[in-house]
Amino acid sequence: MEFFFQLLVDGLTVGALYALIALGFTMVYGILLMINFAHAEMFMAGGFIGYGVLNLLSNETTIGIASDALPFLSFLETTQPFFTTTALGFVIMMLITFGVSALLTGCIGMTIERLAYRPLRNSPRLCALIAALGMSIFLQNFVLITVGHSLIFPTPAFLANMNAITIFGGVRFAPIDLIIFITSIILLLALDTFVSKTRIGKAMRATSQDKDAAGLMGININSVIALTFFIGPALGAVAGTFFGMKYGVLTFSMGLFPGMKAFTAAVLGGIGNLRGAMLGGFLIGVLEALAAGYISIAYRDAFTFGILILILIFRPGGLLGESVVEKV
Amino acid sequence: MNNSTHTSSNTTAAFEDQAVKGAGSSAEKIFGGMAKPMFKSSGKKKSPLSVALLILLLVFLLIAPIYLQGMNEMYLLSSMILIGLFTISALGLNILVGYAGMLDFGRMAFYAVGAYSAAIIAVPIASLLGETLQMWTFPFALVFAGLMAALVGWVLSLPVMRLRGDYLAIVTLGFGEIVRITIQNNPFGLTNGMLGLPNRGETIPAPPFLDWLRETVYWSINDLNFHFMVTRNVYWYYVILLVLILAVIVIRRQDHSRLGRSWAAMREDEVAATAMGVNVTKAKTWAFVLGSFWGGVAGACFVFQMGAVSPEPFNFFNSVIVLAVVVIGGMGSIPGVILGGVLILGFPEFIRWFAMNHLADIGEGIPDLVSNLRNLLLGLFMVVMMIFRTKGLIPMKPKNYALFGLGKDNEPDPNDGAASTSAASKGGA
Repeated sequence: MEFFFQLLVDGLTVGALYALIALGFTMVYGILLMINFAHAEMFMAGGFIGYGVLNLLSNETTIGIASDALPFLSFLETTQPFFTTTALGFVIMMLITFGVSALLTGCIGMTIERLAYRPLRNSPRLCALIAALGMSIFLQNFVLITVGHSLIFPTPAFLANMNAITIFGGVRFAPIDLIIFITSIILLLALDTFVSKTRIGKAMRATSQDKDAAGLMGININSVIALTFFIGPALGAVAGTFFGMKYGVLTFSMGLFPGMKAFTAAVLGGIGNLRGAMLGGFLIGVLEALAAGYISIAYRDAFTFGILILILIFRPGGLLGESVVEKV
Repeated sequence: MNNSTHTSSNTTAAFEDQAVKGAGSSAEKIFGGMAKPMFKSSGKKKSPLSVALLILLLVFLLIAPIYLQGMNEMYLLSSMILIGLFTISALGLNILVGYAGMLDFGRMAFYAVGAYSAAIIAVPIASLLGETLQMWTFPFALVFAGLMAALVGWVLSLPVMRLRGDYLAIVTLGFGEIVRITIQNNPFGLTNGMLGLPNRGETIPAPPFLDWLRETVYWSINDLNFHFMVTRNVYWYYVILLVLILAVIVIRRQDHSRLGRSWAAMREDEVAATAMGVNVTKAKTWAFVLGSFWGGVAGACFVFQMGAVSPEPFNFFNSVIVLAVVVIGGMGSIPGVILGGVLILGFPEFIRWFAMNHLADIGEGIPDLVSNLRNLLLGLFMVVMMIFRTKGLIPMKPKNYALFGLGKDNEPDPNDGAASTSAASKGGA
């Protein structure tokens, strides 16, 4: 039983990351009916930006290099002890890291939409798909050339000093897991409220129902789509930074598998459905952990894709989605 | 009479209008309006220019390896082999994507099935044939690999029969990954996991007459530093070229058959095709089987050419490359697919070759940097192509059929302007 709960806890942590990434897939698909393969690279980019920001705030060597190049950054030398030693400093540092990473990655997402996807909005959907794949290849290799193959993500000193938490007698998890889980839940609830309660959220829902009609009702479609391409990558960036903190390593191609699984999660929940994507993310995380624990760790990834294929064949609408009736 | 002509042209306009708006089935929305009026007769003969170009191309393809081997440009020669293998695979995918209108993101799965079944069968067949006959293993393995891939394609086609568009793409993507992961994990001790095949102590037998050719054909011009002999790569270049030409002929015949017409009907509008009596299930199954067959054949050539196989090449990235070859080259257009293969696979390899041979003098890290840039440029190229040339480099020529000798006027079709005849028929024969 302990083993089961251990797997459950691990699965929920990873599932939280999948859920964050899946939202980006599902939002874009809901509005543009396009699988944004480059979204996996937003996750990757977010991780790398998070790495940079975290080092800039806490690593003395990085701060030294940065303030030599850009003198106005030298104030970071004075704030560095505050960030690395105190608990309040740690929390603020995390907020800044995630905020900047999400902001910048969101801007990258909007830029990609503007340059690569908007010209293709009225083209056949296959074109947008290929363009997204091209964008994904481009971003991966851009990071490979400019940053390198992989990076070791530093564990913030404050986290490294904390012990693993033990519950139910034997189920252990690292503090970062708890942070990931809680932050993800907060973000998911915030997004859900934003989409269901605010005017802009209403505009987004209207756009995903019918772009043309929404446009006729006075909604600025372009800005709604741009916003979608900001929020999705921003959430992906949070997931990417968490991924780096949890596993301690970033590679240029790290987006591929989490991206595919997050997409599976989006499909499992019913693509285009926000709550479905959240549910799907957690489900995929847990199922994957259970499959790895009880069946075979080597076939873990194959198991996820097996689930995906089964859902698409037997319930193409997903768990929470509506099944689409073909119209003639 | 006048009146009826008027009505028919109006209908045509309406059809085109609909096709442009993409107001038809979901498949049509994905693939864009390819529907063209089918009332015009083809009746075109090949122009002498296109025949001349075709002959020139063939002569070039026949001479190129002699020159490259002679001048010791091994890298370019093996790049050409790579182009050939991927193009055969892409021609198979073209049946699915271009003719039948079904997306496949896991093409490498069939390539892998072909490669592995050839590698697995090669050793027992070789021992069965004995010392003197074992060079004939390759043709057996080639056919076996093609059939195995076709079988896997048929099995995959059963559950995905009702899926379309994006969902089909995702299922095939998942299938491709499952195949790769399974191969990595050495199921039933067949694939030897990450180490790959052949197993230690076994070898993939040499193909027919390679040894004999290597000893007999030799040509050297010392003044030009030209030394030609039939190496492994030269041999395989010609074999793969032969398979490629065979694939082009067979696939072209299939496209012009009854089956090809049902694919076209299905691609344009599946519901309408069903209503007109097209057996959509049969057409889809055949598209999967025939498309996968060529993937398997390419895989078998690959493993015999390399002499070994491991799971790495069968990844998602390479599946994307095969799909990009088809889409960027021009869906449903054989010359387009070939051109796409040459550009998408040849261009990065050429950059790499150029960087290694001609940029080494400039600076220390320059060749590495430039050769790393190739995939970056490839990604950018894919995006730019999709924005500016939606239908690919050489778009598919709409097929026209004369009905009972009607409409045999050879007026140029104003809609046909984009599809350049000479270019389209160049590699199409």
